[in-house]
Amino acid sequence: MVQALPVRDTITTWVNVCPLAAIAPNTGVCALVAGQQVAVFRVGYGSDLYAISNYDPFSKAFVLSRGIVGDRNGIPKVASPIYKQNFNLLTGQSFDDENVKIPTYQVRVVSDRVQIAIGEVL
Amino acid sequence: MTAKKNLIVIGNGMVGHKFLELAIAKNATQKWNLITFCEEPRVAYDRVNLSGFFSGKTAADLSLVEPGLYQENGIQIHIGDKAVAINRAEKTVTSANGLTVSYDKIVLATGSYPFVPPIKRNDATGTFVYRTIEDLEAMSGYAKNCKVGVVVGGGLLGLEAANAIQNMGLKTHVVEFAPRLMPVQIDEAGGNVLRDKIEELGVSVHINKSTTEIVRENGKVAKMLFADGTELETDMIVFSAGIRPRDELARFSGITVGERGGIIINDNCQTSDPDIYAIGECALYQNRIYGLVAPGYTMAGVVADRIFNNITTSSFTGADMSTKLKLLGVDVASFGDAFATTPGAKEIAITDSVQGIYKKLVLNKDGTLLLGGILIGDASAYGTLLQFVQNNITLPPHPEDLLMPPREGKPAVAAMGVNSLPDTAQICSCNNVSKGDICTAIREKNLTDIGSVKKCTKAGTGCGGCVPLVTDILKSEMKKAGLVVKNHLCEHFPYSRQELYHLLRFHQIKTFDDLIQQHGKGLGCEICKPAVASMLASTWNDHVLAPTHVSLQDTNDYYLANIQRDGTYSVVPRVPGGEITPEKLIVLGEVAQEFGLYTKITGGQRIDLFGARVDQLPLIWKRLVDAGFESGHAYGKALRTVKSCVGSTWCRFGVQDSTSLAIEVELRYRGLRSPHKLKSAVSGCTRECAEAQSKDFGIIATEKGWNLYVCGNGGMKPQHAILLAADIDKETLIKYVDRFLVFYIRTADRLERTATWFNKLEGGIEYLKQVIVEDSLGICAELEAQMEHLVKTYQCEWKVTIEDAEKVQRFRHFVNSDEFDPSLVYVEERGQKRPATEEEKVLIGSAK
Repeated sequence: MVQALPVRDTITTWVNVCPLAAIAPNTGVCALVAGQQVAVFRVGYGSDLYAISNYDPFSKAFVLSRGIVGDRNGIPKVASPIYKQNFNLLTGQSFDDENVKIPTYQVRVVSDRVQIAIGEVL
Repeated sequence: MTAKKNLIVIGNGMVGHKFLELAIAKNATQKWNLITFCEEPRVAYDRVNLSGFFSGKTAADLSLVEPGLYQENGIQIHIGDKAVAINRAEKTVTSANGLTVSYDKIVLATGSYPFVPPIKRNDATGTFVYRTIEDLEAMSGYAKNCKVGVVVGGGLLGLEAANAIQNMGLKTHVVEFAPRLMPVQIDEAGGNVLRDKIEELGVSVHINKSTTEIVRENGKVAKMLFADGTELETDMIVFSAGIRPRDELARFSGITVGERGGIIINDNCQTSDPDIYAIGECALYQNRIYGLVAPGYTMAGVVADRIFNNITTSSFTGADMSTKLKLLGVDVASFGDAFATTPGAKEIAITDSVQGIYKKLVLNKDGTLLLGGILIGDASAYGTLLQFVQNNITLPPHPEDLLMPPREGKPAVAAMGVNSLPDTAQICSCNNVSKGDICTAIREKNLTDIGSVKKCTKAGTGCGGCVPLVTDILKSEMKKAGLVVKNHLCEHFPYSRQELYHLLRFHQIKTFDDLIQQHGKGLGCEICKPAVASMLASTWNDHVLAPTHVSLQDTNDYYLANIQRDGTYSVVPRVPGGEITPEKLIVLGEVAQEFGLYTKITGGQRIDLFGARVDQLPLIWKRLVDAGFESGHAYGKALRTVKSCVGSTWCRFGVQDSTSLAIEVELRYRGLRSPHKLKSAVSGCTRECAEAQSKDFGIIATEKGWNLYVCGNGGMKPQHAILLAADIDKETLIKYVDRFLVFYIRTADRLERTATWFNKLEGGIEYLKQVIVEDSLGICAELEAQMEHLVKTYQCEWKVTIEDAEKVQRFRHFVNSDEFDPSLVYVEERGQKRPATEEEKVLIGSAK
């Protein structure tokens, strides 16, 4: 799976979120992980998953999991459902404002369970 | 570091400001202290469009100076302080407020003042001039107590002033000394057409009139007496009889001025004192004052080149006085050698007194080159014709074709040919922007809309006359760059919506995945997915949350409700025709109470329930569906509401039962997905209480049946609907609406309302009538069949969803918790809740 965050000096704890089947292909869900709202997207019909913050800094609402998934020139992205700003699912970078970048999370599938990493700095 | 030199610009009108803009663009502030004196109480404003003041523009709207521009660039501006003396020996300028500043160079941009003819009592109360915002304020204040107004002067500015007076609701007269209107720009035949046209608009024109005296009553203007013994009663008089250069400052400083006024300048725009320049309407070049803004801008450019860049080749050699204006709503243009003064010049002219059009071309001796011309009533060809003149482009074999309006289906000859223009062709004469400048900006900055082109190049920001030409250049450049494909849906589909719709129907494609595999590439995006979802829905009509479609839906369609700013949703049940029983009203109230929803009546005669969380939606729908409600599709690009008045059942004026028809129409087309939302209304009589003429399709009762109007719009850009068919019975009406809606759905662009679609439809309403009423394309049976299928396959999307446990699963905020979104915070206002603002959230202590 894509490793979006540099992992340095951390203990990584993986948290079970939901079965893979709970995320319909090419849609997202929102997971509550250690008090954080994390938007998890399933791109395609397999286990290609991406996780970013659910908070849309443009509308200031927690809604990104409800955006439409797609790509721009092959880069997977999501469009905010409120004002349609686009975010790079690999990096959390906004396509509309270079100064805006939202947190990303590591995500993987282990025996059909979707897991999100919480890193704790040593 | 050498000390900066002082450059003083005297006058902050359009030309003075243009000079400062050029100085900023040339980074002149590094070497020069720029100081400017402005007599008026405000910085430079757009005097060319001054009459906009009467159509609601404010002084701020008219301002040419971006707030902060002078400050940011270190330009010292003295507003409301007039320069009153130049001491050339000491090299200082003194102002009315007593400020003395030394100078190295001066640029005089003092402009002009309106000429008031020497008539007895020309300063009586009730006389005005038309030059500054203050003049206009004084005029409009005084006009409130007037019924009649006279403009003295039938030139360009005079007619502008007449327009202003007429707009203030006064009976308007124009008095002109010459035998025709606009004697400087147009010939006698043109003058006659213009006069007829203006009189048609209710302005009385008096030519060959020399005013001798103004008569006062109670100290105010009451009457004008003319040399021919006639007289005219009036309450106010505006003098607009030409301009005179403001040369007094130069004159008193010993600078040479012309016999009849004007500061004499050479090709360098230098006055008799080489350190002092003069530009704009105060300058006299080869015994001529240029009373237009474009030559003033050219002069400003020459002086800026010379002072800041030392470009000694830059010079002023006279200017083209071509001009295009809209006066009292009438197009008037005059360009090149309009009066055929060139030896051997020939003329071609057409006069259409019926339509009020006069067009004249002046050709060279052998008819191969255009020298000039006059256009009255229709100046659409101005931009192209001017290019023929300025660039010596050889005329087509039948130059008279250039005067003809476009024939059906063919572009006007004069509309062709931006490609034939050389890069050096001057497109915007106000700002001296060439075709090359525009093309370079479009290419290098990847401009794709006219607004950006105007912003980047300044072309079209003066009089605006060249905007159609600039638009053509933009289109042509985009075409060359392969960008005409602008109608491609998005990067994933190289087709327009119309083409994709055809592919989808022709190949019987029923899913997005099949469509993108066969005709597109990539994963799709928020543009193509909802667009394709809409096309699939309006063709096959599967449930929008079917497994193959669910990922295509915008959040509104995904949750079958309207997302609000805080991420909650609003719920609008269908209330067909706006008719609702007390029992159902009570249910709506109970549901709102139970779920804590904010309620508001919509513009479409329905009730909107706001603030529902996703987990509440299925529970709310269950209550509503059980009470006999269904989805109102307020969330979809779909038929919204069919508004109605109460009609003949109750109303004493109604001639038909509009409510029953509205309900029938709404139930027929409910849930219909379309390129954009659809609104309709039915009125029971010609009083039109349901406002049907502002709808995508509107129906108005007549004594004999129904009138069907189409392609109206309220909202952002209001447009009246147009009559498609009159006095038809209900069956015919439904048939036409079926055809109309499917034709629109098949051919419109994504997110294109019917009004916009109609405006782009070649052939307009006549064409639409042929297709819908006369079946000229032979597709009506197919259109009706498609609608029949859609009507038969309708299902309430809420009902289907709550009956499907798997679908209901998705209605929760967290996939792994039953908690609600903790960021939602509300405050109370007028007895209901509303989302807290960010500030309020901080106060409440629950911000993110």
